[in-house]
Amino acid sequence: MNWPALTVFVILFGLVTVLGFIAVRWRAADLNHLNEWGLGGRRFGTIVTWFLLGGDLYTAYTFIAVPALVFGAGAIGFFAVPYTLMLYPFVYVVYPRLWSVAHKHGYVTASDFVRGRYGSPLLALLIAVTGILATMPYIALQLVGIQVVIAAMGFTGEGWMGDLPLIVAFAILAAYTYTSGLRAPALISVVKDILIYITVIAAITVIPAELGGYGHIFASIAPDKLLLAAPTDHNTSAYGAYATLALGSVLALFLYPHCITALLSSSSRGVIKRNMALLPAYSLALALLAFLGYVAVVAHVHDDPAFAAYFKQYGNNFAVPALMLKFFPAWFVGVAFAAVAIGALVPAAIMSIAAANLFTRNIYKEYLAPQATPADEAHMAKLLSLIVKVGALAFILFVPTQYAINLQLLGGAWIIQTLPTVVIGLYTRWLHRWALALGWAVGMSLSTWMVVSQQFKPTFPLHLGDWTLPGYSAFYSVLMNFIVAVALTLVFRAAKLAEAADQTSPADYEHDVA
Amino acid sequence: MAEPAPSKLKRTVWYVILFVPFFTAIWVPLFNRVEPSFYGIPFFYWFQFVLIIVAAIVTGLAYLAKI
Repeated sequence: MNWPALTVFVILFGLVTVLGFIAVRWRAADLNHLNEWGLGGRRFGTIVTWFLLGGDLYTAYTFIAVPALVFGAGAIGFFAVPYTLMLYPFVYVVYPRLWSVAHKHGYVTASDFVRGRYGSPLLALLIAVTGILATMPYIALQLVGIQVVIAAMGFTGEGWMGDLPLIVAFAILAAYTYTSGLRAPALISVVKDILIYITVIAAITVIPAELGGYGHIFASIAPDKLLLAAPTDHNTSAYGAYATLALGSVLALFLYPHCITALLSSSSRGVIKRNMALLPAYSLALALLAFLGYVAVVAHVHDDPAFAAYFKQYGNNFAVPALMLKFFPAWFVGVAFAAVAIGALVPAAIMSIAAANLFTRNIYKEYLAPQATPADEAHMAKLLSLIVKVGALAFILFVPTQYAINLQLLGGAWIIQTLPTVVIGLYTRWLHRWALALGWAVGMSLSTWMVVSQQFKPTFPLHLGDWTLPGYSAFYSVLMNFIVAVALTLVFRAAKLAEAADQTSPADYEHDVA
Repeated sequence: MAEPAPSKLKRTVWYVILFVPFFTAIWVPLFNRVEPSFYGIPFFYWFQFVLIIVAAIVTGLAYLAKI
């Protein structure tokens, strides 16, 4: 057992637990209203939103998995860098419109918007179910991050004893999410981000210096890993894969319920826009962390007998924890591991709140209890946030980790299928609601088939004429989804199928607070 | 009340500017190379790192231009 690390870890974990419960008094309001519990009253300003979105997008799993991918696969793992830099101009242009229309009409979820825009409860249900399906494995994956660092501190007990720390951590998380709602992760994300930045800065300055500097590290990487494989005759090779992975991820990210929840909790359009210029600070941290994948290669952590058992169990995801154990003093390992664990709690809390909001608004209120008052909604959402977390915990404890990773990959390919309905719906409702539903069905089936047929690799080798175009399955399938939606809209319009009422007006999409 | 909306032309011009770093980032042949390297860091890596900063600055300028 690594006692100094464990002591620091427990102290920091205790600190955020206290914060989580104090959050209930922060900007005190009636938390028996979904708008307050589930969206923090839509009052978060620029700084709180910066921490909240940062904590939401850059999860513990990101900080473990991106360097792990670079560690294992080289340059292709760097697609996270174009991904995060393309994200902000895109969100800047598109998503203030969603904030405006949601603020104007009191929408809590993307499905609320779809319901109002297209007048179709069915389409809203499809969007809600997709959101919940995509979020569940994402929560489970956050637990993997906690699991890795707990094991790395020496908790290797068998059976229930080995799982106990994870269960305790999650029970605490569930309790303060229940009482404080979105205020808890918002407050905790400040601590999380400070710890993450301290850890990243320490890691990228101290460790490479001990290994002879960045120049030496890059010189030691095999040439075929250092750059992307160039296109060959009739094959776009890694070029297309890199570009479509980045582009598809950009298009998908802000369709995730937890991102929309954080977005809608901000107090004005200006808060979102300012954040799109300020959030790239996290992209820089992520790019630097990605370098750590190469640092881990050069440090030969993989050959270290002390880490052999961990690599066997957690694969390349152990590269970064191993690097920290090897180069940091024990107490600082505690800081770094607390950063990872708390970095998992913040998004896990927001994701469970977002999934609970969706179920409450678009399934419970819509189909099961149309008479529900705002207090009933808040009560149901609180309860659901618990159920969602217990489900994710059971998944991690009883199902092999690889399943969660595979399902999360599928989740990304599923959530992007809501793009034509939600994002294009922000500009026009020309696409017919039934065409959108059928396009969604085609996209969901196609993406599932593509991902499964490639044994859960994210890219699919598309054959077009005598060309092979390896690319992100999510990107290819949403293209097909869009083509189907457009084609069927033309057919349905020609057949003069009935139109439904639109609750929104063009000015709602530019609406801002006074 | 909020500011008056910017003219359509001004908006279009700014959208084009905003998407310059966007499309640069997926134009892989442009930067998939080792030289010119920077203190031993291959072009592929430092170029994309600098592009993050460029994208952030462009987004910030769009905000200042009230787009």
